[in-house]
Amino acid sequence: MPVQCSNCVQRRAVLKRPKTGHSLCKDCFFWAFEEEIHQTIVSAGLFNRGETVAIGASGGKDSTVLAHVMKVLNERYGYGLSLLLLSVDEGITGYRDDSLETVKRNQQQYELPLKIVSYEELYGWTMDAIVKQVGLKNNCTFCGVFRRQALDRGAMMLKVDKICTGHNADDVAETVLMNVLRGDIARLCRCTSISTASDGEGAIPRCKPLKYAYEKEIVLYAYFKKLDYFSTECIYSPNAYRGHARAFLKDLESIRPSSIIDVIHSGETLSIKEGVKMPVQGTCSRCGYISSQALCKSCVLLEGLNRGLPKLGIGKHHRLHGKILAQEPLTEQEEKKLKPVDF
Amino acid sequence: MCQVEEDYNGLECNQEKIPVPTKCMKCKEGTAVLIIRVNDAFCRSCFKEYFIHKFRAMLGKNRVIFPQEKVLLAVSGGAASCSMLSQVQEGLSREAPKKFRFVPGIIYIDDGGACGRSAEERQRSNALLKSIFTETGFTYFIVSLEQVFSLPTSVLVPGTSDPDPSNPSYKQAVDQYIKEKQTLTEENVASAVAQLSIADSAYSPERKLALERLFSSMKTLTAKEDMLQTLRSVFSKLLYSFCFYFLSFLSIQRLTESFVTNLQSDFPSTVSTIYRTSEKLHTVMPPQSQTAEPASKCLLCHCTLDTKVDKASAFHATLVSEQLSQIKLQDSSLDAPAQSAEQCCTEGQGCGPGGCCSSNRLPSHQDLKMLLCYSCRLTIKDMVSLRKAPHSWVQSLRVLHSSNSFYDVVDDMASQQFHM
Repeated sequence: MPVQCSNCVQRRAVLKRPKTGHSLCKDCFFWAFEEEIHQTIVSAGLFNRGETVAIGASGGKDSTVLAHVMKVLNERYGYGLSLLLLSVDEGITGYRDDSLETVKRNQQQYELPLKIVSYEELYGWTMDAIVKQVGLKNNCTFCGVFRRQALDRGAMMLKVDKICTGHNADDVAETVLMNVLRGDIARLCRCTSISTASDGEGAIPRCKPLKYAYEKEIVLYAYFKKLDYFSTECIYSPNAYRGHARAFLKDLESIRPSSIIDVIHSGETLSIKEGVKMPVQGTCSRCGYISSQALCKSCVLLEGLNRGLPKLGIGKHHRLHGKILAQEPLTEQEEKKLKPVDF
Repeated sequence: MCQVEEDYNGLECNQEKIPVPTKCMKCKEGTAVLIIRVNDAFCRSCFKEYFIHKFRAMLGKNRVIFPQEKVLLAVSGGAASCSMLSQVQEGLSREAPKKFRFVPGIIYIDDGGACGRSAEERQRSNALLKSIFTETGFTYFIVSLEQVFSLPTSVLVPGTSDPDPSNPSYKQAVDQYIKEKQTLTEENVASAVAQLSIADSAYSPERKLALERLFSSMKTLTAKEDMLQTLRSVFSKLLYSFCFYFLSFLSIQRLTESFVTNLQSDFPSTVSTIYRTSEKLHTVMPPQSQTAEPASKCLLCHCTLDTKVDKASAFHATLVSEQLSQIKLQDSSLDAPAQSAEQCCTEGQGCGPGGCCSSNRLPSHQDLKMLLCYSCRLTIKDMVSLRKAPHSWVQSLRVLHSSNSFYDVVDDMASQQFHM
């Protein structure tokens, strides 16, 4: 029994929207998906006319769909933005070089300028080299921290006004759950913001236009639009803690599909009690990047790598920041704790 | 995929094989019978002492219960509440100077009607629980869930989170309380009893919140400890919760329970971290300012409505999605109640049975949604029919229809959905 599209009623439905459960035809789905992102951008006031916006592009489905939709909406509604693609090369052989080929093809397909920044040129370390020193347990920490800064540095080199990333509703909901599980109150109240605050100096503001788009719908959109994207998991991702939150969220979605948005709603309406200690935002004494400690995480991790003490950034070692800043050597006992573990 | 990890201490995955200890870690003599947390082995008696100590410590920390006060214990028949009942019994029977000084009563709410249990099954459970409660010697109440619809709404008074600055220290308050109790005359007895009523606002908001926390104090103990204690306790027959027990996918609650329990086995500090996180969050929406109007309350759960939020929010996004996926249907359903209400009421005609002026008018999903908070909207979405909606709901809708605020709410909803 063919089902008619619940929007136009004329055409036959080809898919069921994971978000609302309504059956839609292809065109109505494209229109609804793009329109929702447009409403998100407009109601949150993400961009201003004339701005240059860098789209964080990894070649994966989220950033490919983001680039495509941003281009479509920019033309359709006349946002007046100049868009470009910004990609980060972490130096993971067999994974990142393949996905970068996809980004280069995206550059051709969408006719957008592309800039690639690499860990090698920024930090002097590739992920392959880092994994050799650190092992397979804490490598995601290094990658995440370095990538965040790499995006900012690339954006500063290009002199853009805003960065936008392809974080989707599933990512944001997972982050909310993770922060509850880890007891990270500071991140819990920040993680549902659709854009980071722009306070004059410091990092370039970044936003998530796909914040309310379901991952399943992004996949459907990319599939039906026949977009070119790279769909393999990073070879170094171990049993990351996020995987637990992700599995739980997927199970929740199977019981009630609106769960993903519901978790985001909860995250947005949380309020912290008075008197709870929160970190104060300052700047790193060494590189000037945003930091709540004397040294930013990136500097600490890099110092650890350069000194052959890869556990320096893992766990709390704030007392040692002073020593690191002053370029003092650490005591033997301190060094022992920070050496790499045999694996 | 991974986030930056500030602190790994609590998140170390318990994958290495640790040799099982054979002696109790506390008394060093008894044979270990169980392991708590990562590798803490306890013998029977030390575990019992540890468990009792944790329970009493939570009671003491909250400092809510005054001597001779009546405390209602909510017992579901499950492991946790049976443990609590057993602990209270033990605490009252001790000859030690730190015997509990309150007067417990028990309430059991039979929700078999909501879960589809047969009358015989419900009777059997009730009889079993009755025999257990009688043994304790405490006053007990066995009520059925459906009775809630016949309660007057005045029973429920919403609490606020304003701390009372004039609240004296606990010790002073207890001394004062004891003094007052000693000088009670017959006239005072009546007012003292009235003070114990839930609806009385003489209870400071702080105490109300603390009372809520007290009943959830069992959450500080993990499910494993609960279960072990219950197995040793007086109640050897456990009543399992009736619905959704076997398959965790049948309910979000069950799924969450199994998720946390499984995660706890790999990361032993999970439960305590989640509990500590919740302690840092408000449980009720804090008042915006002293002069602000009191916020409207949800018709179902009586919590502050959280549906008047910014345009750039998850709630707004769901409204947009609903509208975009079925644009024609949304148009007609939203305009109809406002138009028909205006028309027949202004023309002075009665609109007959089922019409908006009629006392028999049934609430529609759309009408009800306006009076509900975000989560209760999800609840009624699953409702097949509103035909058996409680009388109090229909009354609230009628009150709302007759006041101007109804049209404000309708206009507000319309503008939220169409003018973006």
